[in-house]
Amino acid sequence: MAAEYVPLRTKVVTKPFLVLAALALTGLFLIGYRYLAGLGAVTNLNDGYPWGLWIAYDVLVGTALGCGGYAMAILVYVFNRWEYHPLVRSAVLTSVLGYTLAAVAIFIDIGRYWNGYKLFLPWQVNLSSVLVEVALCIGAYVVVLWIEFLPTLLEKHREHPQAAVWLRRLNHALPVIAAVGILLPTMHQSSLGTLMVIAGGKLSPLWQTYLLPLFFLLSALAMGFAVTAVESIASSYFFGRPYETPMLAKLARVTAGVVAAYLVLRLADLLYRGAPVLSSGFLTGMFFLENLLYLVPLIFLVSPAAARDLRVIFLAGVALLLAGALYRFNVFLVGFSPGPGWRYFPAVPEIFITLGLISLELMAYLYFVKRYPVLPAEHG
Amino acid sequence: MAVSRRQFLKLAAGAGLCAGAGLSPQVARARPPVPRLPEAVGILYDATLCIGCKACMSACKEFNGLPPEHTDPRAIWDDPLDLSAKTVNIVKLYTHGTGLAKDREQDGYSYIRRFCMHCVDPACTSACPVGALHKDPRTGVVKYNPDVCIGCRYCQIACPYNIPKFQWDSPFPRIVKCQMCDHLQARGSYPACCRFCPTGASLFGEVRELLKEARRRLALKEGEPTWFPLRRVDSGSHTFRSAPAYLPHIYGEKDGGGAQVLMLANVPFTKLGLPVLGEDSIASHSETVYHALYKGMLLPYLVLSGLVYLVYRHTSKKDLP
Repeated sequence: MAAEYVPLRTKVVTKPFLVLAALALTGLFLIGYRYLAGLGAVTNLNDGYPWGLWIAYDVLVGTALGCGGYAMAILVYVFNRWEYHPLVRSAVLTSVLGYTLAAVAIFIDIGRYWNGYKLFLPWQVNLSSVLVEVALCIGAYVVVLWIEFLPTLLEKHREHPQAAVWLRRLNHALPVIAAVGILLPTMHQSSLGTLMVIAGGKLSPLWQTYLLPLFFLLSALAMGFAVTAVESIASSYFFGRPYETPMLAKLARVTAGVVAAYLVLRLADLLYRGAPVLSSGFLTGMFFLENLLYLVPLIFLVSPAAARDLRVIFLAGVALLLAGALYRFNVFLVGFSPGPGWRYFPAVPEIFITLGLISLELMAYLYFVKRYPVLPAEHG
Repeated sequence: MAVSRRQFLKLAAGAGLCAGAGLSPQVARARPPVPRLPEAVGILYDATLCIGCKACMSACKEFNGLPPEHTDPRAIWDDPLDLSAKTVNIVKLYTHGTGLAKDREQDGYSYIRRFCMHCVDPACTSACPVGALHKDPRTGVVKYNPDVCIGCRYCQIACPYNIPKFQWDSPFPRIVKCQMCDHLQARGSYPACCRFCPTGASLFGEVRELLKEARRRLALKEGEPTWFPLRRVDSGSHTFRSAPAYLPHIYGEKDGGGAQVLMLANVPFTKLGLPVLGEDSIASHSETVYHALYKGMLLPYLVLSGLVYLVYRHTSKKDLP
């Protein structure tokens, strides 16, 4: 059998690539300005809303979109479903890029970045702080993801004698690397939810619960499966490659199971706490939008159409990504109220910095799939 | 393959049970409440004695090196609208209806001072990843150490009173908050706000003495002639006047797990902008969830060993690419 993964070998610098490069440069310029003039100069962050778009999107949504590698690793290595293995590499690539940029975004966001290294000094950290767990786990996972991505880089240079040696070594260490690569996201994706428990009454009861860690974990898994499916369909479409239809149909059923578990638990928790679901005004609307974005794709994914029609899987996947993103925005921004008088909506430069980071991520993705063996080889 | 999957399900169920037990506050014993430090110092603010002169505000700025603030560019006086990185103590005003009667909820008004409550079990110190915000082990004052602060602003998310403020306009920003004039206390003095309060509305002292004084005031009959200590609870100087009416609530005695700043008023504290908090600190809730999952790292190690076993089993059978 031929290689499982192949590079596309098409031109890297295309028109869309140049558009992305322009956005990335704009973002980098604004990031430079942020370091000269302070956070207030480029953001609408304030003492009531100290966390904004960069935390909610770049870190919370960005890492959840980066859970493709995590979700696929669970399927393949824990549930022994090797039929999904062809999807693993591109999932690991989106993960490595998503997490790396989230880590970069954190260093743009923190005000006293020159003290950032103190998070990694054991005698300095406060073990009661949920943020320590999140930071250390994300830091460690970025390293693990790059190790998981190394075989892809090494395979390109297979003829080099050292490459073969390292590939063999990596394969020996794979059980441990893969296990750590599953444990770390389980820990920090749930802890990202635990972060907001301490916001107490400042977070609306529609979202404030002890089960935040569980909901963040389940919704991250759902986003991981959804992003893998969406990315597989999109890359087949844009690069004119065959679709992985049977595999994606099976994956759709797994995704539906996770989403169903999430929704059942979410509803049970709301009923148990007697949350004011109907009487919270604007928040009620956002709550229903969020949960409809889970419920509607769930109905489509369990319908027989999902087994035949990739468009159904694609749209359901996109809806689930929006659902997970909206859930994160609701917990960190929309449902968060520090009191009367405070408001926040991201500033234009703030949005452009985020767009710049997303552009960098897409540029890196395009480069890697075209030059390195990432996408599944055409079989047939 | 079927066998290993069954084994995994067993393991997953076990891990799930542990996680479930950890998450359920009924099963896992909550992190116990933090007691007051025996030598804790604090401030008793009595809104009924406050005349809104803002002497505490100017003294606070002078003794803490904080600049004036112009929220209205035409103003020629220090006019902060709320606490900020330039203002760590503020006197606010509640009014209702005609606003004529002092310390009345209906058709009246009341002053309220806002500054750090110096919680017994602070959310900010629990949240701070590097211990930049920390509680003095003797006095209980919540202090800030810029040398370790990374500027993540999680303290601002955590504080139920929105006290820590951030220097948004600086490329080298700090968190700014009331530190109960710790630098003055270090040389035997006490907070400037209490030292310059002309009516004894702000009173410095050991928290247990302040609590005694607050309870004495609540026990007074309205109109009864009485005395009020000035500046410090043990200063020995007093003013004499008739007792005002009080709502029977010492805010900060138990609210949010207790604070070292205590408040008395005759207008409900919610109307004065103070949050309604339970008797448990929010930090105890957060740490209960967090410690249940991470106590001794037992659960993570258990899950990790299960994962290594499964991945090893499943990869050793498979010819890897």
